[in-house]
Amino acid sequence: MFLKEYISDVYNGVSSLLKGMRKTGYYFTHPKEIITEQYPDNRATLVMAERFKGEVVMPHDQNNEHACTGCTACELACPNGTIKVVTKFDITPEGKKKKAVDALVYRLELCTMCNLCVIACPSDAIKMAPNFEHSVFDRSKLTKILNKTGSKIREGIE
Amino acid sequence: MFSLEGITSTIQDWLFFKFNPTLALAIECVIVILLAIALFAALGLILVLMERKVAARIQIRLGPNRVGPGGIFQTAADTLKLIMKEGLTPDKADKFLFNLAPFIVMMVAMLLLAPIAFAKNFQIWDINIGVLYISAISSLSVIGILMAGWASNNKYSLLGAMRSGAQIVSYELSAGFAVLTIVVLTGSLQISEIVAAQQNGWWIFKGHIPAIIAFVLYIIAVTAETNRAPFDLAEAESELTAGFHTEYSGMKFALFFLAEYINIFIVCAIGATLFLGGWMPLHIGNWQGFNHIMDFIPSSIWFMGKTFFLIFLIMWFRWTFPRLRVDQLLNLEWKYLLPISLFNLLLVAVIAILGWHF
Amino acid sequence: MYNQTEVIKDTSELGAEGELIINMGPQHPATHGVLHLVVTLNGETIKKIEPHLGYIHRSIEKMCESLTYRQFIYVTSRMDYLSSHINNLGCALLVEKGMQIEVPERAKYVRVILSELTRIASHELWLGAMAMDLGAFTPFFYAFREREMITDIMEETCGARLTMNYIVPGGLMYDIHPDFQKKVKAFITQFKAKVTEYEDLVTNNIIFQSRTKGVGVLTAEDAISFGCTGPVARASGVSCDIRKLYPYDVYDKVEFDEVIETAGDSFARYMVRVKEMNQSIRIIEQLIDTIPEGDFVGKTKNVLKLPKGEFYTRVETARGEFGIYVVSEGGTTPHRIKFRSPGFSNLSALNHMAAGSKIGDLMATMGTLDLVIPDIDR
Repeated sequence: MFLKEYISDVYNGVSSLLKGMRKTGYYFTHPKEIITEQYPDNRATLVMAERFKGEVVMPHDQNNEHACTGCTACELACPNGTIKVVTKFDITPEGKKKKAVDALVYRLELCTMCNLCVIACPSDAIKMAPNFEHSVFDRSKLTKILNKTGSKIREGIE
Repeated sequence: MFSLEGITSTIQDWLFFKFNPTLALAIECVIVILLAIALFAALGLILVLMERKVAARIQIRLGPNRVGPGGIFQTAADTLKLIMKEGLTPDKADKFLFNLAPFIVMMVAMLLLAPIAFAKNFQIWDINIGVLYISAISSLSVIGILMAGWASNNKYSLLGAMRSGAQIVSYELSAGFAVLTIVVLTGSLQISEIVAAQQNGWWIFKGHIPAIIAFVLYIIAVTAETNRAPFDLAEAESELTAGFHTEYSGMKFALFFLAEYINIFIVCAIGATLFLGGWMPLHIGNWQGFNHIMDFIPSSIWFMGKTFFLIFLIMWFRWTFPRLRVDQLLNLEWKYLLPISLFNLLLVAVIAILGWHF
Repeated sequence: MYNQTEVIKDTSELGAEGELIINMGPQHPATHGVLHLVVTLNGETIKKIEPHLGYIHRSIEKMCESLTYRQFIYVTSRMDYLSSHINNLGCALLVEKGMQIEVPERAKYVRVILSELTRIASHELWLGAMAMDLGAFTPFFYAFREREMITDIMEETCGARLTMNYIVPGGLMYDIHPDFQKKVKAFITQFKAKVTEYEDLVTNNIIFQSRTKGVGVLTAEDAISFGCTGPVARASGVSCDIRKLYPYDVYDKVEFDEVIETAGDSFARYMVRVKEMNQSIRIIEQLIDTIPEGDFVGKTKNVLKLPKGEFYTRVETARGEFGIYVVSEGGTTPHRIKFRSPGFSNLSALNHMAAGSKIGDLMATMGTLDLVIPDIDR
């Protein structure tokens, strides 16, 4: 009886090990199952999800116009002070003073990609871009001014 | 036909013709030493790369693929890095033993190379107690490991070394008994005679079930003896960080690493010699045509093929199984492997006496 | 060359006779983070384990006091980063409960599906990491292959792979991706096909079973007295699934079993998690085809202000009960906030479970506790 148990112990143990080896052996003989993505080489074909939250950008159209009114809603929504809106006063053709954005300072190194600024923006002026290659040698390069030089607010956006 | 035997005899004849016998012998020794070191370096590079590639394929990865085509120079680059690294010695370590340990482990591996028959009549030292010599010398590596563990003055190293000591001493027994089965069947301790006895068939085929059991036991025992997963308790990455070589860095670490792989090669070479016929081609009974074709493949390729097959098997184990616990490890040896191998030896003795093997 | 007195002096500092004190961590391959365990050993046998915390303390609770009720949600992703979505959900539920915000059905369905996907992803990672603790390296990659599909789904719908921040009080940040249902179904098919691999490689493996069975036993009484929750307590036979006991969102509409094992050892904890993955698949299968049309976010005020008082909600993360306790003074930010994280209570049972066993058993025990250090330290 003891011997029978002993032998069945050995048999079950060995067969369970062989089952595992069959599985790994299957993968060894099937190189098509390899899932490695060779990242820097596949840059050309790499498709990022469109919603991927990589950094905040401000889209400009072909006339170098954006939709930012300088309302500072994004600055208020941001939990860690990533965004700083510097405003100025434009003189409209009618001679009235109008608040506008001078510089939307975005500090990527502080950003947690929580997307709260994007949903807070009333004029959809900023959005998340799927860029993820942010590494730089100098930290100050991560502080960006999102509105391009010479850009102005698109017509009709209040 | 290419044959290592021809090359060695030509060189020997030339040396003895040119110089007096003593000088010729000295030159031969130098050549052998250089060849052994070159073989070590080459094996280290090849086996590490092989391990990484096998692991990658099993783990659905690509493995090294940057340095050279398919990553074949990866290990060379790694070695270069290790050579350039500083070999730190901990402040409170026993400096002499600490620095000696990797060389002892390495020397043991080198000594084991002597009786291995790499090809037909291509053997450094065909000693008449070859198998005994191998068993004796391979036990010495534990001294190097214990030395490394103790001298590091690190608790992880000490634990790893103690584990390794218990493990190697116990598994030596099963490995020894597995080897003895073949000695019983052959009736000789000499490697060349063991190989010659397998001319009409390898022992694993000729020796019926006991030889197969002995082969399995041998593979398990040597996996443990070389501290490989699932018996890698001496290194046990997740438990003891790196076990006995936690404190080693640079080239001293590389020596341990190299010795591990050389040991694998040697135990697999011995396994191939004892069970799979060494450099003997695969011969099946009276199939003259088939046997003749097999003879055309050089004996060195037969030997290397069998050895690397066994090495692959051991790597396959490593990347499939979890690690055992230290008490289970000893349980496995004393409660399972040792009784089975003793019984197996008895069986083999009966078979050998009654002449039931082919 | 060899200074004997120095060596002897060194070992005499180690504590009582025959004891060896090892500092496992803060950097150790098995602690999966900056956990620091002071382990007192007698040979290979563990006598005492003392966890030292604080290496990754970021004072998240204090931080939350200066953040508004919309902002503080993202911080909780950084606690138990493997079930970040469920943490976020808990915070959103608290705000919704406090302000009586109506959440659209569609949002509830999606939240539950994503919660269960998060749970599977967390368990997959745990399975791989635990097998690695026990020395089997390969299951890690197989588990990650399936987890990768989930993170891809998350990336497509939520915009992030780990710290999703997809939930806002009142619903979701934006609608699900059009491919969401298709991809989730593809994942379910793949998962069902590949889950047998774990059985072959890990569950049925004799070495794995002998390493985990009877190791790190925690009785039901101890589980309750240590405050263990989640799979750790359920493996000891304690029914504590928040999804069953206090259903939130649409958990009361779906059918699933609370997985309970009674052995209380490491293998039971392993089995609970593996079976839980199958239950999560079952939940997702029931919901994925019936996501109702409609809004994805309810009507909320621009500035959220919790009424004066104390609020507590709990959710079932992959590790156990995650509770959020908020004291509000009626302002836009919490007056005091306290997170009850499952990992902290589960860790407290470690000494009780592992004392007297071998070092190898500690890895099995710690692995099956499924500790996430930022969750413990906050």
